[in-house]
Amino acid sequence: MRVVIAEDSALLREGLAEILARRDNEVVAAVGDAEALLSSVSANPPDVALVDVRLPPGYRDEGLRAALRLRRDHPEVGILVLSQYVEPTYATELLEVATSSLGYLLKDRVGDVLDFLDALERVASGGVVIDPAVVRQLLARRSREPVDQLTGREREVLAMMAEGRSNGAIARRLVVTEAAVAKHVGNIFGKLGLEPAEEDHRRVLAVLAYLGRRTP
Amino acid sequence: MSHDRAAPATAWGTLRANPGRLLGSSWPWRSLAYLLLGLPLGLVWLVATATALGIGIVTAPLGVGLLLLACAALSGVALAAVERRRLHLVDSLPAPSPHRAPEAPGAWTWLTCRLREVATWRELACAPLFCALGLVDFALAVMLVALVVGLLSAPLQALVLSHFHQNAAWQGILRDGGSLLAVSVLGLWAAAGSAYLLTAWAALEAGLFRRLLVRPADGGLSARIVELTESRARIVDAYEVERRRMERDLHDGVQQRLAALIMTIGLAGLELTDGPAAARNLIARAHDEARKTLQELRDLVRGIVPSVLADRGLEAAVTDVAERSLVPVQLDLDLPGRLPDPVESAAYFVVCEGLANVAKHSRATTAAVAARRAGGTLTVEIRDDGVGGASAGGGGGLVGLADRVAALGGLIRLSSPPGGPSVLHVEIPCGS
Repeated sequence: MRVVIAEDSALLREGLAEILARRDNEVVAAVGDAEALLSSVSANPPDVALVDVRLPPGYRDEGLRAALRLRRDHPEVGILVLSQYVEPTYATELLEVATSSLGYLLKDRVGDVLDFLDALERVASGGVVIDPAVVRQLLARRSREPVDQLTGREREVLAMMAEGRSNGAIARRLVVTEAAVAKHVGNIFGKLGLEPAEEDHRRVLAVLAYLGRRTP
Repeated sequence: MSHDRAAPATAWGTLRANPGRLLGSSWPWRSLAYLLLGLPLGLVWLVATATALGIGIVTAPLGVGLLLLACAALSGVALAAVERRRLHLVDSLPAPSPHRAPEAPGAWTWLTCRLREVATWRELACAPLFCALGLVDFALAVMLVALVVGLLSAPLQALVLSHFHQNAAWQGILRDGGSLLAVSVLGLWAAAGSAYLLTAWAALEAGLFRRLLVRPADGGLSARIVELTESRARIVDAYEVERRRMERDLHDGVQQRLAALIMTIGLAGLELTDGPAAARNLIARAHDEARKTLQELRDLVRGIVPSVLADRGLEAAVTDVAERSLVPVQLDLDLPGRLPDPVESAAYFVVCEGLANVAKHSRATTAAVAARRAGGTLTVEIRDDGVGGASAGGGGGLVGLADRVAALGGLIRLSSPPGGPSVLHVEIPCGS
């Protein structure tokens, strides 16, 4: 996999490069600010861009804005945003422009090296990965109209869908059969009012509904 | 106290700003009245007080005398009250009494209140001065008026006198129209000069009594309050800058290092996959500790200033808080553009505290947050449909936040009658 890293801390850039090297990923470029990220991707589009939310010069949300622009200009490039903070606002902003090849993870998830590399690969292959901490925070909202009608198990399944896991992966996690998970997923779609015709997007739409935003 | 430049409200103001106009104005006449009134008022006071004092001393053993003595002591109060009215002859500025209002109605309360006041005794001490100056005023005024009238009426006097003085030399002078006219003209000059002199004298005296008998305006004090308020606002401002700097330093320094440490531990864990179980356990523990440390640091930093507030402003941050609230929150936000950092922070933390209190104490089923910026003021209102009975004291953090808001020149109002609903209202000036 070809990866571009945009991270202002040299320490973290090196750490990320080292972790990526474990599965023979190629670091196409490792840059320190949003400008460099955009020009690097334009010059040599990677499979995934790994972007820190805060980048120079303002150290605010330059990285997030760059990621949103990247998605417009280069929709084929997967984006995994890394953040020091759990910000559901940022996660939902990303999900509003994209419903595939997208991730939002806390920085310390990188420490779970193998899980992190899995997540990166899921993003590269079109999946959506949202940090469990973000998901948990959104779960704490009590009244979320249709989502409220879900059973506890269905909610659990939906949370894992939001993390970008496949039915098989969810089944292994919950120690149930894949058919059982498929049944839960079907129920979730039903309760959220997602028509079968939307098959391709239903998973993402369910996640979006779950995140509390109106589906586009 | 500001003077209206177009029409000075005092004799002195007119004299200084526009001496030419003075003669045509009513000020010289009012000054004359002021000066002439002093003596009769002083005499009345003198006679009344001396009588009260005299009879009071004689009848003191009877008790009635004590009352009369108290009246004598309070006579200064009455005279000062009259003088504060007399002041209006030479200026139209307010002349508030320096006395306190008694705490309760009733003659006895009033009496004891007055007798304990310094102002009462100062007024009594001023009374003799008032009388003495009244005498001087009267003499001066009468002298000048006589001089002017005397000079101006020279032709009239000549007409009358020529019938009585048959002496030829006198007749010559009295019939000399030229010198009579000159005397009259001198009279006009004297009139003008007297007008200035009387006005200046009256103004001077009024200034003296104003200083002695009128409650000083809080000019100096309010200037000092403004100064303190500004300095407090500067401190809050500096505090806010410092908070944001701390947050940035923590984020760029410690947090990044911890994240890097977690990565390294993660890699070390991978290297040890086939290693001894004890080492693997230790690495797992180190990993866990490092993550918990980062999590704690993160919570700490969020308490300083949440990144979404710093990055996106109040509207985004309030939306974020509302979405995380356990009680569903209806939002009505109209906050275009960014507000000054201290205002954003203060308002944000008030909303956090308000919603936390709603969740903790109100038993509400819904809450609403409305915020708008209009006319240079940020207004935030947090309502709930709970049981009410909340108090700022019980609100804990609200007291500190009220101080913070007050330092910005704003205010917090909490209305929470038993049975609800509760409304927390915040106003903060935020520039235009």
